[in-house]
Amino acid sequence: MTVFDYAPAPESRSVVDIRASYGLFINGEFTGGHGEPFKTINPADEGVLAEVACADESDVDRAVRAARAAYDKVWGPMPGAERAKYLYRIARIVQERSRELAVLESIDNGKPIRESRDVDVPLVAAWFFYYAGWADKLRHAGLGPAPKPVGVAGQVIPWNFPLLMLAWKIAPALACGNTVVLKPAETTPLTALLFADICRQAELPPGVVNIVTGAGETGAALVSHPGVDKVAFTGSTQVGRQIARTLAGTRKKLTLELGGKAANIVYQDAALDQAVEGIVNGIFFNQGHVCCAGSRLLVQESVAEEVLERLKARMATLRVGDPLDKNTDIGAINSAAQLARIRELSDAGEAEGAARWSPQCELPDRGFWFAPTLFTEVAQSHRIAREEIFGPVLSVLTFRTPEEAVTKANNTPYGLSAGIWTEKGSQILWTAQRLRAGVVWANTFNKFDPASPFGGYKESGFGREGGRHGLEAYLNV
Amino acid sequence: MTATELHGFLHGLPGVDQVGAEERAARLATRSIKTSAKAEAIDLAISMVDLTTLEGADTAGKVRALCAKAAHPDPSDASVPKVAAVCVYPDMVETAVAALSGSGIGVASVATAFPSGRAPMEAKLADTRAAVAAGASEIDMVIDRGAFLSGDYAKVHEEITAVKDACGPAHLKVILETGELATYDNVRRASWLAMRAGADFIKTSTGKVSPAATLPVTLVMLEAVRDYRAAAGRQVGVKPAGGIRTTKDAIKYLVLVNETAGPDWLTPDWFRLGASSVLNDLLMQRRKLATGVYSGPDYFTLD
Repeated sequence: MTVFDYAPAPESRSVVDIRASYGLFINGEFTGGHGEPFKTINPADEGVLAEVACADESDVDRAVRAARAAYDKVWGPMPGAERAKYLYRIARIVQERSRELAVLESIDNGKPIRESRDVDVPLVAAWFFYYAGWADKLRHAGLGPAPKPVGVAGQVIPWNFPLLMLAWKIAPALACGNTVVLKPAETTPLTALLFADICRQAELPPGVVNIVTGAGETGAALVSHPGVDKVAFTGSTQVGRQIARTLAGTRKKLTLELGGKAANIVYQDAALDQAVEGIVNGIFFNQGHVCCAGSRLLVQESVAEEVLERLKARMATLRVGDPLDKNTDIGAINSAAQLARIRELSDAGEAEGAARWSPQCELPDRGFWFAPTLFTEVAQSHRIAREEIFGPVLSVLTFRTPEEAVTKANNTPYGLSAGIWTEKGSQILWTAQRLRAGVVWANTFNKFDPASPFGGYKESGFGREGGRHGLEAYLNV
Repeated sequence: MTATELHGFLHGLPGVDQVGAEERAARLATRSIKTSAKAEAIDLAISMVDLTTLEGADTAGKVRALCAKAAHPDPSDASVPKVAAVCVYPDMVETAVAALSGSGIGVASVATAFPSGRAPMEAKLADTRAAVAAGASEIDMVIDRGAFLSGDYAKVHEEITAVKDACGPAHLKVILETGELATYDNVRRASWLAMRAGADFIKTSTGKVSPAATLPVTLVMLEAVRDYRAAAGRQVGVKPAGGIRTTKDAIKYLVLVNETAGPDWLTPDWFRLGASSVLNDLLMQRRKLATGVYSGPDYFTLD
């Protein structure tokens, strides 16, 4: 039997220049911070990449003031068509520097280069192109005859898609005429700081985009700053709750995009090979660090055994390892803390009586790694069926009738996304109408497009990002 | 199995989602095969080639030249493996067999009124018997696409069974002509139909119809042979043919085999590439890997 081992095909690191230390990006300049600087590490080998400045309250205040001044003097009064030019320019520079962005994203985040190169960065450019198109057409967005920008947006984003979440936040905010202060996650600040450089290259007026790095305290200072008119947060439900409490009773606008525990429903008449591919893409894309990941597989009992057999065979072909290897399917877990959480929850799954399975795969010695994992014999009452694991762990449940599938799918505190797999169009529509989820994918999963709104129900947050609907959060209408 | 049962069985197979199948094939095509893996892949691909000449203008001289190339693809480098088989029209089998005697290279022949398959059954069987009698070790037959598309699966089944009988010891490759079947659902059904009727190999195309072999079609066929072995316990080979011109293309097919059907299929016994022009590109890339520089096309023989 021939063993076709793919020789390592690493992407070159030389396309990106990682500096020893990074400052905050305020009013178009890199400056120091008053907080204790912190280190960002490469999750694939635990090596220190750079030291990053930490913004305290006074730094956040400087950033918000810079954003306010830019809003009042330059960006707010600027005609939409002019703002669009800047956004188009940013989009083009993102395309030109795509390799650099992709490599840096994979190094800092641990995600495989094929995803940062083929998914994240192209979508980032697409988001800026899309919202550039809206900048001079806001009156025609169906949100009122004369929508006005909100002012200064304070934005806090997570570590799972550092660049993409930045684009989701910054592109619509700028298109609508707002200025922004953005705080990237403390484990993945580097691409945001590279983006700051892109803003300078695009000659974006100083203060329109400000980036403050730091951990939770920096974020808290930002969202509670009285000069911020609108807060946008993507991250955990727990932090989302705190933010909602902080903002209650203030005049600030708020959108929250929080966790999820999506059901991926496979009916017996589905195209099984493609469904298996969709299940894999649903939960193992980006190591499962996806708020809309299809982490609960609901499969019809009559095909459950067959689907599981195919799924296991498919999982055995997943390649785990060096994120910069172009053949890697699953990269590193982003942080030690996240790895600990994934381990805790999967141990709980075993303790509760679910059956755990992983394909044979060798994990590197250093760095944070977790093998793709499957749980069968899962019940709705198990923690692994209820709590968001945010890792490459799939819980498999079965159902007998479409009604039962919908009931089980909706029986969760979350409601961000769902998937339906069937060859019957009417069954897709019947099911989609009954699912309480912001996004329902049919015969596909984890597809993103700037024209398509995204957001959740219940504990998955409120407000929509993307599409025409995504403009509303950044406009007074 | 009655005609109705056969129809029900084939239509009961799980469907193929076009978008998903094409996405999967495209994704596998992004595997990056370099250095040692590339060297192995090139040699494996050369050993899987069915070197083919199927022109009305074929002469004995042309066939003999092709056979010489099959045995020594690169005369200046003895480490280059020989190809799997030479594929010719039935009347050229005798010439090919003589030219290849002792080389261990198979002779495949396209019988059964290739490429249209539009001839009376008796003629197809006579065509097959003649090729086998002349020494062909492999028969590439075409299915009756008209019968298949009209839903007369029993007729297609019957023909394949009859040709398989006429093959005797020769291996039977069944050409589905996937470009004319139009949908992936049809490709999967035709694959199962051919396997149930006794095919040793299923093959995408005659090379005379466009589109010929594509990655998604081959993906669907590889899934079918994988599932058929699991269900029936018998392994069937796969042969994409037509349109495979570059080393990059050939390697994409090997990746597809590796990650779909599995490594059991990664041998000339179970996977073939029906292609001729790809051989010179494989040889050129092979020499590039060894020497670090490209040779011009004139450093490799034309036939």
